[in-house]
Amino acid sequence: MNQILAKEQLSKDVYRMRIRAPLIAEERKPGQFVILQMDTDFGERIPLTIANADEKEGSITIVFQVVGRSTWVLAQMEEGESIANLVGPLGRPTHIEKVGTVVCVGGGIGVAPTYPIAQAMKQAGNKLIVIIGARTKELVIMEEDMRAIADELFICTDDGSYGRKDLVTAPLKEVCERQEKPDLAVAIGPPMMMKFCALTTQLYNVPTVVSLNSIMIDGTGMCGGCRVSVGGQTKFVCVDGPEFDGHQVDYDLLIQRLGAFREQEKIAADGCRMHEEAMEKGLKE
Amino acid sequence: MSWQNPDELKEAARLEWERLEGLAQPLKPRDRMALPAQEMPTQEPLARARNMREVATGYFADQARVEAQRCLQCKNAPCVNGCPVSIRIPDFIAELVKGDPAAAIRIIKQTSLLPAVCGRVCPQETQCQQPCTLGKALKSVEKAVAIGRLERYAADWEREHNAMQSPVVAPATGRKVAVVGSGPAGITVAADVRRAGHEVVLFEAFHKAGGVLVYGIPEFRLPKAIVQTELDALKQMGVEIRTNFVVGRTRKLADLLEKDGFDAVFVGTGAGLPKFMNIEGENLVGVYSANEYLTRSNLMKAYNSDKAFTPIHSPERVAVLGGGNVAMDAARTALRLGAKNVHLIYRRTEVEMPARVEEVRHAKEEGVQFHLLQNARRILGEKGRVTAVECLRYELGEPDASGRRRPVEVAGSEFQIPIDAVIIAIGNESNPLIKQTTPGLETDKWGHILTDENGRTSLPKVFAGGDIVLGAATVILAMGEGRKAAAAINALLSQP
Repeated sequence: MNQILAKEQLSKDVYRMRIRAPLIAEERKPGQFVILQMDTDFGERIPLTIANADEKEGSITIVFQVVGRSTWVLAQMEEGESIANLVGPLGRPTHIEKVGTVVCVGGGIGVAPTYPIAQAMKQAGNKLIVIIGARTKELVIMEEDMRAIADELFICTDDGSYGRKDLVTAPLKEVCERQEKPDLAVAIGPPMMMKFCALTTQLYNVPTVVSLNSIMIDGTGMCGGCRVSVGGQTKFVCVDGPEFDGHQVDYDLLIQRLGAFREQEKIAADGCRMHEEAMEKGLKE
Repeated sequence: MSWQNPDELKEAARLEWERLEGLAQPLKPRDRMALPAQEMPTQEPLARARNMREVATGYFADQARVEAQRCLQCKNAPCVNGCPVSIRIPDFIAELVKGDPAAAIRIIKQTSLLPAVCGRVCPQETQCQQPCTLGKALKSVEKAVAIGRLERYAADWEREHNAMQSPVVAPATGRKVAVVGSGPAGITVAADVRRAGHEVVLFEAFHKAGGVLVYGIPEFRLPKAIVQTELDALKQMGVEIRTNFVVGRTRKLADLLEKDGFDAVFVGTGAGLPKFMNIEGENLVGVYSANEYLTRSNLMKAYNSDKAFTPIHSPERVAVLGGGNVAMDAARTALRLGAKNVHLIYRRTEVEMPARVEEVRHAKEEGVQFHLLQNARRILGEKGRVTAVECLRYELGEPDASGRRRPVEVAGSEFQIPIDAVIIAIGNESNPLIKQTTPGLETDKWGHILTDENGRTSLPKVFAGGDIVLGAATVILAMGEGRKAAAAINALLSQP
């Protein structure tokens, strides 16, 4: 169960893994996520969006960035090893339908969860525009996967090291200003990026869906730790989402709540870094 | 009542038992009534408030025998009527008088599957002990025979003496039953259905089985090793436990029946959707649902900060909103995580508190500060984090629909308590996952699954029980429901 079939480093801290999970592969739909745990007794439960699935092989693909202790441990695992716990698919699937033109914006690691949605939108007969954004060239991921399905592809980097030197909102604005503006926008990435994408599309009345990745424990509605405010109402990302109307989400609250355990996370991350440095030192000696 | 030293309780019981052995047996009712009610030995309050070990350490052998001698062995046994699963209480107590806990536990297990759990967490004072003749004669339910403590004693004796016997499983029938949710209702159904020879798969969404017994009730009230013993017993009987499986998501309920070859499904998914108060500031960092707080601490072991990856805030000042057992668990957990001041805020008085008397007493002994006839009106924060809770004072008015006197706001009585974390423990609603993903499954307007008295739902072959039917209730009621549903499932599957 949960065996790592393939592992690939996409950029400095970003990895892609194919994991054996036949039931999840069979049931999952675009927009859904899984929860992983590295140790049954003491591990934490972390939500990750499903980036792809192969029903025949019985596998799912996840893409993750090393940001804390659990993702650090996950990144140390190799092909053939098994992840202690994996549950899913969770969350409501994306509503897929033919609306005309869909623009999908993926920022940083957010490109991974955008991919299955873009793929499904394309299959449903939509014209597909994809915008990929990253801080720098190294961090651009899944360009080839997206290029293979997109009718039009924009790539932006903050430092101009690859593609346009722009924020994703610049091409998004251009696309919205076209005579045939998009019928739907999907934006997934850092909360700040989603916030500004939503502000951009709002000016042009383009309906916008965002996918939120909040702090969670169970992922089935039981803890309420993932709550966000949407249109002034409290919603649970795990059972009401993870996708919401991008024009209604309170992003500042989301950012606040994502930082709930920043101090503890920093201590844990420092621990990992020290461990890593000690290991490197040990190797040299 | 103030805390009593366990050594003194033990010695007093020893002397009492010596004295009793000198008397003519059986004792006369008047002698029984004069026997001292045996107090449960507990860890010293201030010490235990800083550790996770079990608070109540269980009766000493002599205490159990003295307490058992208090039972009047009433012919009409009102206690049995008070028990949701009708344990033959006077019979098992008679065995304890004889000094035969093995016989006692055999009697208990004819009707109850989880005595070590129920002996600890059942609200006996409103069930079996409430109608106890002795308690009535002594004019206090607190002086009733301590049936729950005796039940626990017998169950602990069995476990500690490795005397647990795996129930006999009937020959395989070739029928297969899915039990969804591994809490008290699910465990009960799994055991009863398996005993009839059917194959049973117990599905659990979390990475560990046990449901509320594991994620909700803290270690200091119900050691997880005890729950594990019960789960191991199920496995020994041949029940397959599948964790990390969310019925409704990993597999639709209908697919279990149509694709996976199950002949019946029991839904015991509990009341797992926390209620919030819908007040200002509720989404600030540092505001938790009791479910989240307790799950972080219990299931994810955040109290063990050296080993656990899951973080939890351990602030000095904590407010807990609510007056039930979950509120007590949260308040006492906060103390154990290092809080200096824990304020429990409840809008009625102690009389109306739904928490068990014993839990309230334990919480007070440990230093939880009770703010009664007060309620949070809003939660204040700075830079997104909680800094204070603003409360209003209340007074009791006319009785409401629940028969309890309705608390009425005192206008202009606002005041603030500075705090660093708030835990909201005002109850749970039913989890919507199964309902959302199972067309045709009828529920009431609160999302509780509708069933007949045997746990049958609106869908053929689908049964339900426990909190998903009752709303947030107790372990023993969930178990009682489970037994009825299991009987109905066994009846259905015995048809050719």
